[in-house]
Amino acid sequence: MKATGILARLSTGFERFQLDVDLALPGNGVTALFGHSGCGKTTLLRCIAGLQDCDGQLSVNGDVWQADNSRLPVHKRPLAYVFQETSLFPHLSVSGNLNFGYRRTPSAQRRIHPQQVIDWLGLSHLLDRRPERLSGGERQRVAIARALLTSPRLLLMDEPLSALDQTSKRDILPYLETLRDTLDIPIVYVSHSATEVARLADYIVMMDQGRVVAEGGLQETLARPDQPFALEEDAAVIVPAVIRERDSQWHLCRAEFDGGSLWLRDDGQAEPGNRVRLQIPARDVSIALAANHDQSTQNLLPARVMDMAAEQRPGMTTVRLQVGETSFLSRITSRSAHQLGLSPGMKVCLQIKSVAIVE
Amino acid sequence: MSPEWQTVWLTLKLAGITTALLMVIGTPIAWWLARSDHWLRQPVAAVVALPLVLPPTVLGFYLLLLMGPEGIVGTMTTTLGLGTLPFTFAGLVVASVIYSLPFTVQPLQNVFATVNERMLEVAATLRASPLDRFFSVVIPLARPGFLTAAVLTFAHTLGEFGVVLMIGGNIPGETRVLSVAIYDHVETLQYGKAHLLAGGMLVFSFIVLLTLYLINGRLNNGNLKS
Repeated sequence: MKATGILARLSTGFERFQLDVDLALPGNGVTALFGHSGCGKTTLLRCIAGLQDCDGQLSVNGDVWQADNSRLPVHKRPLAYVFQETSLFPHLSVSGNLNFGYRRTPSAQRRIHPQQVIDWLGLSHLLDRRPERLSGGERQRVAIARALLTSPRLLLMDEPLSALDQTSKRDILPYLETLRDTLDIPIVYVSHSATEVARLADYIVMMDQGRVVAEGGLQETLARPDQPFALEEDAAVIVPAVIRERDSQWHLCRAEFDGGSLWLRDDGQAEPGNRVRLQIPARDVSIALAANHDQSTQNLLPARVMDMAAEQRPGMTTVRLQVGETSFLSRITSRSAHQLGLSPGMKVCLQIKSVAIVE
Repeated sequence: MSPEWQTVWLTLKLAGITTALLMVIGTPIAWWLARSDHWLRQPVAAVVALPLVLPPTVLGFYLLLLMGPEGIVGTMTTTLGLGTLPFTFAGLVVASVIYSLPFTVQPLQNVFATVNERMLEVAATLRASPLDRFFSVVIPLARPGFLTAAVLTFAHTLGEFGVVLMIGGNIPGETRVLSVAIYDHVETLQYGKAHLLAGGMLVFSFIVLLTLYLINGRLNNGNLKS
């Protein structure tokens, strides 16, 4: 039987840095490699691609790419790689760039064709342009399209949005979502942006100093109270929800999740029935012992304390709470936790100050 | 063909063949020098640069000994039934290739060093083999360097004198090139003929260099826009 997923037991090192991972990643969907810069996430991606020398074993959905003493060279691995900064060939037009990999892919292996990616990524009006005449967002879309035209069986993306300004980022994210939902191949996505990860990822691998510090499904991993320190400040849970109603008088809409519902500002985008991902930062969730309606917070939810963990930085505690089947994180001072006498199983009331729709 | 035109034709033929050979020989050397971190890199770079600093007569002297009947190369060519190389056109080509090597290798090495490693990685992830990457990415990106190398090599070979004299002598139609012919004319006080050849060479060299700078200026402007 063929093993599915990406099995990577890899190690490499250079001066003062050692990468050492043993991972089994899902064979489909988006896996985010997440962590501070310098944590080794890009190095790991380069090892998977074969761009970086490393020891160990690597197989992708049953195909062995690296065993102890044999490594498949980069150009023989059926992968696509999207680099962080602009990587278009300056001597070729957009269509020349798109065709570069397509021409080199044996026709029997071609499953993705130029017209498809041109549609997916909205490139039809750019084909004759030179790369220098494109905006940053357009270049990155061309680079993604060019990579996909090799009909890869694994798509690797190294912070593809980090070099872009906010507007280009916002413009390109929907394209990435289309790809995630259209392509039937695993995508490994390197990022240090919690928002991108929240929006795109299904599976998350958190790294620090060349090692994996946490991995698992997006929701469970983000809801862990013992946040790896990479996340402490930005810890946030992701809650899948459905928009149920809009209140036009107060410009609010109600999003229903498994266990309750939340009111959020209606920016005119969400239609009732839409599936959304809500991002709720742990620092914007506070805890009260009883519901107190004389206050500005719109969202009060009855919840149960599950567990709690002191952060590495002294004085702060992260508490995991359950509302129905959904986990929330609250980041409060350790003194508050002590004064409220929080303990697992206790019934409390959550006050949620801000909710953002990330998708 | 008049002796003058015979000399011009022989000179252009020598420069053309030398340039073509050096593009083939010099490109891999330049690529290796630009990309390798082997310990032999500096010694090889020094050997390649030697013709820049050595008096051509020194180079010609050793080549004469090497290719002569007693030399290693001479013994080899004789065994192969090719005779000895000095005082033949083939001998001139060999000498010119060595003499002009740095004029090919150095511009190429410089331009190869500027080719972004990332572009090669991108090409590799797009299924291009190493040789494919060289032809489809490196050569197009290094075009200005190839142009400079070719023109400098050609022009430098046109002007060689000391090496030619040492190993080629002055055989009309075989090894008598422009620079030697000019020297000859001056020696025999035929200033008119010397003027014709020298002036022609001056104008020709100027036009070649001007064309090079104009084309490279255009290429570089194109690159700057990107």
